Amino acid sequence: MSVQTHEAPPPVRSTPRQPHPEDGPRGKPDPRGGGLPYLLLLPALAATAVLLGWPLVTNGLLSFQNLNMAQLIQHVTEWTGTDNYRDTLGSEDFWRVTLRSVLFTVVNVFLIMLCGTLTGLLLARLGSRMRLLLSVGLVLAWAMPVIAGTTVYQWLFAQRFGVVNWVLDAAGFHSMADYNWTGGQLSTFFVISLLIVWTSVPFVAVNLYAATTTIPRELYEAAALDGASARQSFMTVTLPFLKPFLLVTTFLEVIWIFKAFPHIFAINEGGPDRLTETLPVYAFVEGVGNQHYGMGAAISVLTILILLALMSYHLRLAMRQEEDEL
Amino acid sequence: MSRTVKGRLFTRLWPNATALLLFTGFVFPVYWMFSTALKPDSDIISEEPVWFPSSPTFEHFATVVRAENFWSLVRNSVTVTLLAVGLSLLIALFAAFALARMRFRGRRSVVLTFMVAQMAPWEVMVIAIYMTVRDADMLNSLVPLTLFYTVMVLPLTILTLRSYVAAVPKELEESAMVDGCGRTQAFRKVIFPLLAPGLMATSLFGFITAWNEFPMVLILNKDPHAQTLPLWLSRFQTAFGDDWGATMAAASLFALPILLLFLYLQRKAVGGLTAGAVKG
Repeated sequence: MSVQTHEAPPPVRSTPRQPHPEDGPRGKPDPRGGGLPYLLLLPALAATAVLLGWPLVTNGLLSFQNLNMAQLIQHVTEWTGTDNYRDTLGSEDFWRVTLRSVLFTVVNVFLIMLCGTLTGLLLARLGSRMRLLLSVGLVLAWAMPVIAGTTVYQWLFAQRFGVVNWVLDAAGFHSMADYNWTGGQLSTFFVISLLIVWTSVPFVAVNLYAATTTIPRELYEAAALDGASARQSFMTVTLPFLKPFLLVTTFLEVIWIFKAFPHIFAINEGGPDRLTETLPVYAFVEGVGNQHYGMGAAISVLTILILLALMSYHLRLAMRQEEDEL
Repeated sequence: MSRTVKGRLFTRLWPNATALLLFTGFVFPVYWMFSTALKPDSDIISEEPVWFPSSPTFEHFATVVRAENFWSLVRNSVTVTLLAVGLSLLIALFAAFALARMRFRGRRSVVLTFMVAQMAPWEVMVIAIYMTVRDADMLNSLVPLTLFYTVMVLPLTILTLRSYVAAVPKELEESAMVDGCGRTQAFRKVIFPLLAPGLMATSLFGFITAWNEFPMVLILNKDPHAQTLPLWLSRFQTAFGDDWGATMAAASLFALPILLLFLYLQRKAVGGLTAGAVKG
């Protein structure tokens, strides 16, 4: 909570050059004046405003237009007020997809955090050689490019000659010998989720392990002196120490999974029968696939609003951790 | 007696056994990609899986390399990725220095802006991006891709570099300035060399993001000559009629640079990755 010391906005209106305890060279005012930091930041801010800010504004504008194939080709702008939103919010599809997105996010984040935490704690327990081995495995899965991952999973779960079907068949589930994984909603989601959990767990595990190494040894020694069991010292030392990390990471994962696009799209393009479309895929298929660009824009604005709500909460958590740095 | 020995053996063994199991689970897809790519067709299309490529062949890699447009796709991907990483590093260096070493009004909101921008939902904005690029008449070009990738990796590059700049002791810079260096010179001669690990970590992140990017190129560049490797790979299996050997060879070639880079830089970069929250 030390942030207020250096971040209470100075009540003075003059240039921001007044000496500050942590200012540049020992509080000496910068001879080049107060404009320098702004000049240094200009390229970054300008690039962000033009290439991120402007498309966001465009997205908003498009969502109030009737923009289908005809209007696209003829370059005409037809304003329709809030029609797109009324249609979207009134359609059963939108709410079904939203519910599906929420469920998809909850299930995946739960699995990722559970497996990631357990793997991270395991890393902390292992001897150095086994830890290195497991780390290498985790890093390989972590580094695997998404589209390479989707391609490999399609091959692992291929109907013919796929190794998963063979293993299931050999294990006695003979009905699975020629199972078509991308033929049904739940089985497609199973493949997508397995892929997402596989690529996401290493991030949580490795960082959680890194966090455990920062716990001071003395705390465990003190706990042991007080006669704490392994379980008790875990509950009273490890867990409280990791709690902020877990909270922030959970939210980061929620945001990531909620907006996941390539995993879902590359596995089955939201199919079969559009049954595995989550909100980002739904916006893409409605907007680009079915050429209802205005509609797609409205869906994406609604998705971004949901994400913004999640992000503001995440930022509040993250800021609490980073307050000293700000 | 023997039960406690067994119990002790069990408590010693289970972490290692679980670790081995997990290792297998995490590595298997990667292993299967490489091994399939190396197996002759008869071993791939077999009723019983061939676990080890006993008679490895490079024919699938040859198929991939000879595929139409392969080299222009590689060139596109490499160009876009390197340019985006280089540009964002350059821009970020200025911004990171200002944020780490200077006090000015609005600093906090600038940091916040970049924290928000880091989480920008690019995947959901593709329709608007398509319209913007189309109105600028730049579809099927590498320029918009490069620019958007630059901004995509910029926020995290700035935030990560900022913590690396802040970690360089101020005294070093000051003593250089006492010795007569200007601020620019002090930066170039003192801070910059010390930033090397930070630059590596951040460029690794940028490299991965730009190399992997899929939704934007999917919507912007329909022309096969202007595509990048991820888009091509996502359609490879369909285009090559279930030639799994070639598909896995293509995936291997696409993944290999990232896997090597990651393994090589992992130890140096892990601090930066932890600070910056990278999604692989």
